Amino acid sequence: MLDTETNNKAMITQSFSNDTPDTQLPEGFRLPPPDDEESEEFFVNIGPQHPSTHGVLRVVVRLNGETVVEAVPHLGYIHRGIEKMAESQTYIQNIHLSDRLDYLSAFSNNLCLCMVVEQALDIGVPERGEYIRVIVSELQRLQSHLLWWGVLGMDMGGFSTFFYGFRERELINDIFEEMCGARLTVNYFRPGGSSLDVPDTFIPRVKNVISALRKVLDEYNNLLNRNIIFLERTKGIGLMSKETALSYGCTGGVLRGSGINYDVRKNNPYSIYNQFDFDVPLGRVGDSYDRCQVRMEEMEQSLRILEQAVVRFPGGPHRSQPKQNYKLPKGSYYSQVETPRGLLGVYIVSDGGTTPYRLKYRSPNFSNLSVLNEIAAGHKVADLITIMSTLDLVIPDIDR
Amino acid sequence: MMPSAELYPVNNFIGDAVRSLFPPHVAAVINGLIALLSLMALVGSLGAVLIYLERKVSAHFQLRFGPMRVGPHGLLQALADGIKAIFKEILKPEGADTFIFFLAPLLPVSAAFLILAIIPFDHHLQVADPAGGVLYVLGVSGLSVLGILLAGWASNNKYSLLGAMRSGAQMVSFEISLALLMLLIVMLSGTASLRGIVLAQQGTIFDWWIFKLPFLGILAFIMYLVASTAELNRTPFDIAEAESELTGGFATEYSGIGFAMFFLGEFVNMFVSSCLVTTFFLGGFHAPLFGLPVIDPILSLIPGFICFFAKAFLIVFLYMWFRWTFPRVRVDQLMYLEWRIMLPANLLLLMLAGLFVAQGWAG
Amino acid sequence: MKATETKENVLEFVSRYVHKTITGFFTLTKGLDITIKYFVNPKTAITQQYPENRDTLQMFDRFRGHLHMPHDENGKNACTACGICEKSCPNGTISVLATKDLAGKKVLGKYIYRLSQCTFCGLCVEACQFGAITLGKNFELAVYDRNELTWVLNKSDNGAC
Repeated sequence: MLDTETNNKAMITQSFSNDTPDTQLPEGFRLPPPDDEESEEFFVNIGPQHPSTHGVLRVVVRLNGETVVEAVPHLGYIHRGIEKMAESQTYIQNIHLSDRLDYLSAFSNNLCLCMVVEQALDIGVPERGEYIRVIVSELQRLQSHLLWWGVLGMDMGGFSTFFYGFRERELINDIFEEMCGARLTVNYFRPGGSSLDVPDTFIPRVKNVISALRKVLDEYNNLLNRNIIFLERTKGIGLMSKETALSYGCTGGVLRGSGINYDVRKNNPYSIYNQFDFDVPLGRVGDSYDRCQVRMEEMEQSLRILEQAVVRFPGGPHRSQPKQNYKLPKGSYYSQVETPRGLLGVYIVSDGGTTPYRLKYRSPNFSNLSVLNEIAAGHKVADLITIMSTLDLVIPDIDR
Repeated sequence: MMPSAELYPVNNFIGDAVRSLFPPHVAAVINGLIALLSLMALVGSLGAVLIYLERKVSAHFQLRFGPMRVGPHGLLQALADGIKAIFKEILKPEGADTFIFFLAPLLPVSAAFLILAIIPFDHHLQVADPAGGVLYVLGVSGLSVLGILLAGWASNNKYSLLGAMRSGAQMVSFEISLALLMLLIVMLSGTASLRGIVLAQQGTIFDWWIFKLPFLGILAFIMYLVASTAELNRTPFDIAEAESELTGGFATEYSGIGFAMFFLGEFVNMFVSSCLVTTFFLGGFHAPLFGLPVIDPILSLIPGFICFFAKAFLIVFLYMWFRWTFPRVRVDQLMYLEWRIMLPANLLLLMLAGLFVAQGWAG
Repeated sequence: MKATETKENVLEFVSRYVHKTITGFFTLTKGLDITIKYFVNPKTAITQQYPENRDTLQMFDRFRGHLHMPHDENGKNACTACGICEKSCPNGTISVLATKDLAGKKVLGKYIYRLSQCTFCGLCVEACQFGAITLGKNFELAVYDRNELTWVLNKSDNGAC
């Protein structure tokens, strides 16, 4: 008969001590503790299939009772080799691949790639094209934040917020579908403008969205963000100081929630954002509540930009110099945009051909996720879920 | 034995008919069997109705329709769910304690049955009426806690154990609040038997305990709702089954009929809890009379059990409303709520109630 | 509720406690108010009863369904077998097999479209200068057999259109 006790112990250490010295651990990650009889700590595996990890993410959590001691994310479950595939695709084919990075900001991903090509080949964009870019980017931001809000409520147990958030999101998705034929993987922007001109119903639909959202944002705040249960669960949770946020390279709502005023649309303006009047909301303390409120305020500011843009929407061509194949001259080029999640950067090294030699995405979610271990230590398991929710992660962007 | 020739819409004619046909002891046994069978029928049909109702109500809160295909407007959905649950394979995880593993789902349902036996649905629709009815309820509701703890332990699964432990702590704490609130009602009514409590609320709608005393009743009602929501493991206190955290909680390892028993147990317990709320605060089977001579005679024609069920389903709706609106509370905040907010408030209310009773303003 | 850093006396503690409890309670009732509004008004439901509403379902004009090659009344299509769509497709979904007709001119033999690989990006439609292919509006494309996913588009009786 086998000695079940020692066998069980062997099984446990085998399944959780996967970070053995054979696989090189990145610096700073601690190994599991030696098998200590008196230790009350144990490992729990959250994911990769889990309702709250926003994708396929595996987080190995070391718990002491209910308190998180260490939370180590394990990536790679949705790695598809997009950067490698990009080396054999032309620049226009790469645009359709970039949809699938962070699928909730597909337009912004397309835009960044187009901006690199425009920068390299010195292509100008007509005014109507620029206005389309700004309006569509802000609609994308609204759509992404509405989904984030709905999922935040759902993660915390208030399941109804999911459906309310999606109701307004459907209006925006209808605009996208009428404009380019797809709701998620849009493949819309091209170097020099956009692939198709917007239909006639575009501006009336955008005005409809603005009025619908203005009526309903206050209601959303009352339902979730001013609720005492929500306040108790997010205030003081996941405190992130300015130094931490900067040193881990966080951007977007995560960085602004800690009080640092950095928004690519203001600090490094692209497209025609410098012609619009909007504020950048900042948090004070850097806890989860601040991050949530920053994103709710960003929705308000997006509405402001949209209101200004629809009034001044010009006529004219939507794309300049349409071409099928772009040949970038030899060299390296970089451009960045403010996606709903943070700073997305695209770095292209070209050797003169129609396909890039190397295409690198600087993904905002990767840096935002890296701060998880730092800010979740000492909180409870339920807070870990809340913190991951407020970091606003989309996992395919991390794994690419 | 109460005389059966009373002027109420529903008479005890079944009991009288049996007693007129058989000798007393046989009649007692037959009456007992009829009561048990009717209770089982009630629980069975309630389970189906409540499951369907929860899905439809949650759908309408969430801007959608719910089941619409199985039968007109999805009325046969509960039947389909039941058939599916019966046909599923019953799995037992390796290393699970067999006897306890299969015993655990039966305990919450049994607790629900036992409490239903003493609830006064109408003047003569009560299976038994012990003099210490409230004590009996408190004792039996411990069975539900036991069921959950046993389920978590016997599953041989870390997640189940965590969920069961949290749930056990939660339920035990809130039973204290429940006991204190029931004590309040007993003090006001002067009797611990449930029928006595209902009879003490005789009269108009303003004689119900929720309305009779200046805001004492409403405060106690709200606190009772909060405490019973925590007892039932429903959102905002559903940490035991928090789907988005530790998938499945104490019932992770159960499949098929075992899981269906837990599910059914939760819904029937919800109904039982709302029956208790109706009995304690909303006047039980008394019709809502207003003291106006115009409509009172019409209202008093409504059979008692219809009034009772209407009130009970209103409270069930309240439970569902809370579930689909509020996010979840964290475990330590839950304990904070009980020990540092509800318990002091309960003691304060008890003091006030004692004052009222001493002044003779109640019952 | 812990005591704050500045020492506050019992009265201040109690008043802060009571105030927080009462305001907290009223935030909950505001939330309840919002959900009950949607409950009592079933017209606010936004879901559609698919597939019962197939008859009235209308997709937008530019909707990107599967590829199809429109033929006119005489069964002629506009494809010249130039092969630009095949080159512009990112993952090799299209194969244009050209043949020579009796006059020796290059014409289309078979236009093979692999639905299993198509990402519905629309780059082929964008590249075609003759308007020979479009993306249709059908999205119910599931099949039971993988072989049914490879279509030949330039015959009108293979069930593709």
